[in-house]
Amino acid sequence: MKTKISIKLLSELKHHALNARRAVVSTSAMAGSVHIASALSPIDILTALYFDVLNIDSKDPGNPRRDRFILSKGHGGLGLYSVLVERGFIPKKLLSEYGQDGSILAVHPVLGSVPGIEATTGSLGHGLGMGLGMALAQKRDKKSGRVFVLLSDAECDEGATWEAVMLAGHLKLDNLVVIIDYNKLQCYGKVKDVLDLEPFADKWLANRWAVIEVNGHKFEELIPALRNIPKQNNKPTVIIAHTIRGKGLPFMENTIEGYYMNIKQGDLEKVLATVY
Amino acid sequence: MRTAFVEEITKLAREDKNLWLLTGDLGFSVFDNFQKEFPAQYLNVGVAEQNLISIAAGLAMSGKKVFVYSISTFLTMRPLEQIRNDLCYQNLPVYLIGGGSTFSYSMFGCTHFPLEDLGLMRLLPNMAVMAPGDPLEVRALIRDVYRRNSPAYIRIAKKGEPVIHASDDVISLGRASKIRDGKDISILVSGRQLANALSAVTTLKKNNINCHLLSFHTIKPLDKLAIIKAAKETKGIVVVEEHFKNGGLGMAVAEILAQEGLSIPLINIGIDDEFPKGSGSQDYFLKKYGLSPEGIIKAVNKILHHE
Repeated sequence: MKTKISIKLLSELKHHALNARRAVVSTSAMAGSVHIASALSPIDILTALYFDVLNIDSKDPGNPRRDRFILSKGHGGLGLYSVLVERGFIPKKLLSEYGQDGSILAVHPVLGSVPGIEATTGSLGHGLGMGLGMALAQKRDKKSGRVFVLLSDAECDEGATWEAVMLAGHLKLDNLVVIIDYNKLQCYGKVKDVLDLEPFADKWLANRWAVIEVNGHKFEELIPALRNIPKQNNKPTVIIAHTIRGKGLPFMENTIEGYYMNIKQGDLEKVLATVY
Repeated sequence: MRTAFVEEITKLAREDKNLWLLTGDLGFSVFDNFQKEFPAQYLNVGVAEQNLISIAAGLAMSGKKVFVYSISTFLTMRPLEQIRNDLCYQNLPVYLIGGGSTFSYSMFGCTHFPLEDLGLMRLLPNMAVMAPGDPLEVRALIRDVYRRNSPAYIRIAKKGEPVIHASDDVISLGRASKIRDGKDISILVSGRQLANALSAVTTLKKNNINCHLLSFHTIKPLDKLAIIKAAKETKGIVVVEEHFKNGGLGMAVAEILAQEGLSIPLINIGIDDEFPKGSGSQDYFLKKYGLSPEGIIKAVNKILHHE
């Protein structure tokens, strides 16, 4: 099924994504923090989810029938916070306190810290199992909520991830969606050199998942994929989103160092001018 | 004890459709009836303990109260980080039921011996830790943890443990249960050694030695007042536990005595800092470490007679 998105929606999404990217860059510079590139690569995915796909309400964030989103790659926390600010879930002021003594926002999201955070993450390989539990509860309670879990590519090195992948396929949880931020880089090298995931799609197919591959920065591909869930009845869906680590910040794009770099406050204005 | 556990959660599940039971493919035949009566509240996730804990967390985050069963070692160690981050850090109502005391699987080797489970769980904030001493304690503690909205770990022995308590005894989480009164030596027990301790106390009484016997079914939160009282009112303390001496009840008692400035003889009977070698019966291993009525009597006499 093809879903076309309107020019208006496309321009709105691009606008929100740019704001979120600028917030990630400014906040990181002011806080002197790292993991900037990891927060930038999923921004378009997060924007698509929070501005078009998720059935959520910033005025009623605990509604039991809501869709859930788990940022299993917790090191992209700032990306999520920036989108939550843009979406009106949390006040912008919290970003100006980020990295300061006593800030409520840690680099990795913590359940209960602010509205919109559905799970505590930071150690890789926990998010999908928790998401599976949530999806199972929705199914057994005959509720309509869906669960979206964003994994990093390197998170698929974790055995616990595959424990959940196997079981979700077995349980036919078609209200469970995994999105892979497949930026091809991990902490200490390229994915293909450290632990090659390919043939990646085949691994999910073999575990009884429906698979979609998209460009993770093109809303024209992300939105139709995310709107048409489940792709197949009785199967969980994985969206393998090909992304660029550091997307939108040219000097950091596709660099392994992007995981560790920070931006000097004095350079912020110059750097912000390059963000797209 | 395992039967007591299943019967209690069955009663609770009849009242609460949000009570769930998960297993990591263990508990063969024990959960057949539960599964039949509550198919929507039960899941065997397969041999995948990390996922087992994360799923329980996801269910608890969706309003469920989740009991999770596996063998004590596999339940606490393989998924230790999931227990720490997903259950304790998020402070969720997930209740871990560890099947088997230290030598319940005595023929199987140390892979199956929970030697450090209670100590590991005791380190985690928000976690309550229990090792009940008889089936009535199991029942009471299951009911108590279910009322809490925080994680708990209960290590239960397998089967055949005698009932020690009277049916009208009040047993509560966090309060040591007094089994016998006495002014000579205090015996503080966690877990299934309660039967051996009671047997030792009965024998000692015949020799006019009156022991104060306390069941420390709850190791965390620890009943500090009961420890202080025992130290002040008797001539010495013997701690009996099926666990490494490192990190167990004995060490917790020693810490409290030191902090309170109470100078009193203390003997911990437990497992030394080693992996018990070989295979054999449960009693073979327990006797080796003095976890028997004779071992307890010996410790009491040692304090009384400076032997």
